[in-house]
Amino acid sequence: MNVNDILETVTMIQDENLDIRTITMGISLLDCCDSDISRSCRRVYDKITSKARDLVKSGEEIEKRYGIPIINKRISVTPIAILAAASGGDPVEYALTLEKAAQTVGVNFIGGYTALVHKGFAAGDLELIRSIPEALSRTEHVCSSVNIGSTKSGINMDAVRMMGGIVKQTSELTADRDCIGSAKLVVFCNAPEDNPFMAGAFHGPGEPDCVLNVGVSGPGVVRAALAKAGDCSIDEVADIVKKTAFKITRMGQLVGDAASKMLGVPFGIVDLSLAPTPAVGDSVAHILEEMGLETCGAHGTTACLALLNDAVKKGGVMASSRVGGLSGAFIPVTEDAGMIHAARIGALSIEKLEAMTAVCSVGLDMIVIPGNTSAEVISAIIADEAAIGMVNSKTTAVRVIPAIGKQVGDELEFGGLLGSGPVMKVNTTSPAKFIARGGHIPAPLQSLKN
Amino acid sequence: MKAVITVIGRDMVGILAKVSALCAQHNINVTDVTQSVMQDLFAMIMLADISSMTVHFSELVDEMEALGKEMGLSIHVMHEDIFNSMHRI
Repeated sequence: MNVNDILETVTMIQDENLDIRTITMGISLLDCCDSDISRSCRRVYDKITSKARDLVKSGEEIEKRYGIPIINKRISVTPIAILAAASGGDPVEYALTLEKAAQTVGVNFIGGYTALVHKGFAAGDLELIRSIPEALSRTEHVCSSVNIGSTKSGINMDAVRMMGGIVKQTSELTADRDCIGSAKLVVFCNAPEDNPFMAGAFHGPGEPDCVLNVGVSGPGVVRAALAKAGDCSIDEVADIVKKTAFKITRMGQLVGDAASKMLGVPFGIVDLSLAPTPAVGDSVAHILEEMGLETCGAHGTTACLALLNDAVKKGGVMASSRVGGLSGAFIPVTEDAGMIHAARIGALSIEKLEAMTAVCSVGLDMIVIPGNTSAEVISAIIADEAAIGMVNSKTTAVRVIPAIGKQVGDELEFGGLLGSGPVMKVNTTSPAKFIARGGHIPAPLQSLKN
Repeated sequence: MKAVITVIGRDMVGILAKVSALCAQHNINVTDVTQSVMQDLFAMIMLADISSMTVHFSELVDEMEALGKEMGLSIHVMHEDIFNSMHRI
């Protein structure tokens, strides 16, 4: 074994914040459906607490064995709207059940308070969506997501119209806790079924009964590798990112394998991600700045991000036999020290972030907007972002947090991994008439690509 | 099955002795040691056979960490798999 390799790994973990961001156990609840909601909830609780009983303990054991921190242990479940369709009743009961199960097994988050409505509403969907604000305000660990569009089916504009109001209500109901409710609510286009990352994780109907997915992290490692390289051409930058991503992903694969053996659950996927945290030295924005931008948000940001995102995937794909989830660089504003700084000094705008989402993973993520932003404007932000995802055959999402009672310049403080951030300026000219039309944006043509 | 023990910190008398004594106490066979002193920073890497060790891996990690704290060094024990998977194709 090479001494330099050993020291490199130790430095990555000790000084550059290399970690496994999450091991997420996906659990199917399809066999818990019952026409009686309290029986259904009981079965949900029993299944989650028996499948995930040892999840946290096994995670901690792996942390010790490899000396690599596993920041989060999480659970994703079958979209609850499907269970609500069978049982009827108030879906909030499911949210409370998930919360209780999450607390029992000691996970950080449980995702799957979800409805998939990209082509229209089935039984249970409308009830679930309407209950999201209450569900998120009465729980701490439950995360919610709604898929409102896809490349194959277009965008459900009735759902988009609803979600603007739902995001705002969720903020209002949790205004006393820095509007944290909307930090746990994601609106997707092309949502992946095997995503281990919150708040958008759910266990898709096509997934096996129980599966283990891993999300890696390591912006600090990539930035440090680029800093060491100094003045080199952009080809070399791409190469360095690729090699670093390979190493990071190998570690994810190793941890996933170990956890799946320990728990007796099949290994699902490694999500090839660069997920930042608010900690110093763990920022995706700082990688872009290391590439040669004064501040993230400057012209050139989209190009740098496109290179970064692509190189991460190229390196990662070679390192893992099973890849999936969101896979790519994340740009959540409040969770990234560099993005927070760029937003504070006005170098980073929502419009620039929107452009960035066309070339990287996910979308407008963890962006704090003024509390008086109208529901129509939020719906229109969702529609724009979904259109980018639909046309480019990629996942996009919106997770904006209307800061109730606050204006541009004020800040929200969530704490922990969710971080903090300034309220960003939103274009308030009205899209009300467009949003009020409702209906469905047809699926885009898949040829004549220009 | 092997573990990699890394010790990083200020050089002083008895580092190797104390770390290897702890290994011996748990029936761990040290198979290779590399060490270097750059200025006054000491870096030692030990390869140790842990197939017949008498404690649980996580206890060894804790004990080494405690020893490191006591001596003002950072000592980490990691399973060899992590290095093999990260640095070999």
